[in-house]
Amino acid sequence: MHAIETKDLTLSYGDSIIIDQLNIEIPKGEITIFIGGNGCGKSTLLRSIARLLKPKLGAVLLEGKAISKMSTKEVAKQMAILPQSPNAPEGLTVLQLVKQGRFPYQSLLKQWTEEDEQKVNDALIATGIEDLKDRPVDSLSGGQRQRAWIAMTLAQDTDIILLDEPTTYLDMTHQIEILDLLFELNEKENRTIVMVLHDLNLACRYAHNIVAIKNRCIFSQGKPENVVTRDLVKCVFEMECEISKDPLFGTPLCIPYGRGRNIHKQAVGVNA
Amino acid sequence: MSQNKNIRWFKGKVSFLLDTKAIKVFMILLLITALVLIISTALGDMNISPLSVIKVFFGGGTTMEQLVVTSFRLPRILVALLVGISLAIAGGILQGMIRNPLASPDNLGLTGGAAVAVVGFLAFFSDDKNALTVSIKWMPLAAFLGAAIIGILIYLLAWKNGVSPIRLVLIGIGISALMDAFKTLMMILGPIYRASQANIWITGTVHGSTWGNVSILLPLTIVLVTIAMILARKMNIQELGDDVATSVGVHVGRQRFSLMMVATALVGISVAFAGGIGFVGLMAPHMARKLVGSSYGALLPVSALIGGILVMVADLIGRTLFSPLEIPAGVFTSAIGAPYFIYLLFETRKS
Repeated sequence: MHAIETKDLTLSYGDSIIIDQLNIEIPKGEITIFIGGNGCGKSTLLRSIARLLKPKLGAVLLEGKAISKMSTKEVAKQMAILPQSPNAPEGLTVLQLVKQGRFPYQSLLKQWTEEDEQKVNDALIATGIEDLKDRPVDSLSGGQRQRAWIAMTLAQDTDIILLDEPTTYLDMTHQIEILDLLFELNEKENRTIVMVLHDLNLACRYAHNIVAIKNRCIFSQGKPENVVTRDLVKCVFEMECEISKDPLFGTPLCIPYGRGRNIHKQAVGVNA
Repeated sequence: MSQNKNIRWFKGKVSFLLDTKAIKVFMILLLITALVLIISTALGDMNISPLSVIKVFFGGGTTMEQLVVTSFRLPRILVALLVGISLAIAGGILQGMIRNPLASPDNLGLTGGAAVAVVGFLAFFSDDKNALTVSIKWMPLAAFLGAAIIGILIYLLAWKNGVSPIRLVLIGIGISALMDAFKTLMMILGPIYRASQANIWITGTVHGSTWGNVSILLPLTIVLVTIAMILARKMNIQELGDDVATSVGVHVGRQRFSLMMVATALVGISVAFAGGIGFVGLMAPHMARKLVGSSYGALLPVSALIGGILVMVADLIGRTLFSPLEIPAGVFTSAIGAPYFIYLLFETRKS
């Protein structure tokens, strides 16, 4: 069975249709990355899968069950989402934040069981921030902060984790760090990870499954090696490029044309 | 060095993670609250020693002391305490719900709604002979309804595929201005002697509080504060944003509605018994946040005590500083509150 499936999913903001009758299957235990141009609806699709946006038509199925028919807490035990650039209130400590991930398992009187404590500690260790747990989230660096938020979604102890552009506003080092962490979680704990990523080359490196979105539906889906081609980049991103191989991992590497330094040569050419 | 303590009782059926620092702060504030209560009871036109006040609490003291303490001072001081608690909790809830530190019962129009209801009540139910045609006992109900109607109205007007915090605050500010206009209009059109009565009341005073008031206010405050504490867990999550809250399984819309109603009820009961005591709902949660951070389990009780202390002190100053003239407590909460508000804006501008 697939981790997530959509059935004729149609999404809209007001009258404008963003995603039209989309059927997609997201494999279990793999990393799936949505790619596409600005405003193609990849984030909207992710939000709708996470029940943050109600579909206009169609359904999202979680392990074969319609998400709209499940209780929201039940969903929360199977799937966590980390939205794009979330905000923690002033002074909230890392522990206080990560602890919130345990909400679906807690009740009024059971707010900190041994299991809660264990899962929170595991999440802090997995993200390498156990030393920072008493620090306020707003005092951390961008990379540490994102780790704290990922720790919160890990504490939620779900098989599926959705992330909306988890590397936005991070420098290159921290981008790689976060993606390595997610890859490790997938490898070690077999968690299904679905995310939206802007960087095509990083997407190729870390995804098992790439979903390219264009014109309100899926343009193509599959292994990066099979999917990411010159034609795809031309259609989906409307850009000419060369596809090479990542010298480190052998995954597709997109080298965009553009005019680049030729701008100077052309200018000289005109003068001559 | 961890400041947290695990509590696991009844074989894990009850478990909490306690913030020991917050508990210390709470205990100290509880002590201060008790001290202020005793000192405030002791001071006035007739000064009684604090020791005698304690004696009276335990059934001792002279007849005169008993009369002053139990009949004159204690009811109003208890009303001040309870009103401070209610306003502070309401403010804390609103700030968390709207995710804006500048939100408060005053600038969302809730206090204004209650005030209009009271002025309306005084105007409509007065006869020619300066007497109310219905019992003054109904005035608190009118204030409560005023706050409740405005609470629901703001919520409905802010509705657009759910209620977003920013729409709520903008509409609240608009309604608040409208309520001010209504209030002034009714005071001018109503009988003149009612205007001054209404004016003192709108400024906020606990003058003339009775044990009857305490007996209504006390159980309501206890119930509402309990509900607020139960909701605290979900408020912590709601403060992380609607998306995160939904992700962990909170019904954000439902939750926001119940929070709005609890805050409205708290404002309603406090305005009903003490008028529009301003700025406490804004200040108390901020002071509490500085002391214990932003986790609501600690923030709400700590702000409650701070709110109680603020109103008790404001009332004490009001009735002793210019004695025998009595200044409404609301004057002093505003006198401290307004500069604090400006300081707050100044601080956020810097960051």
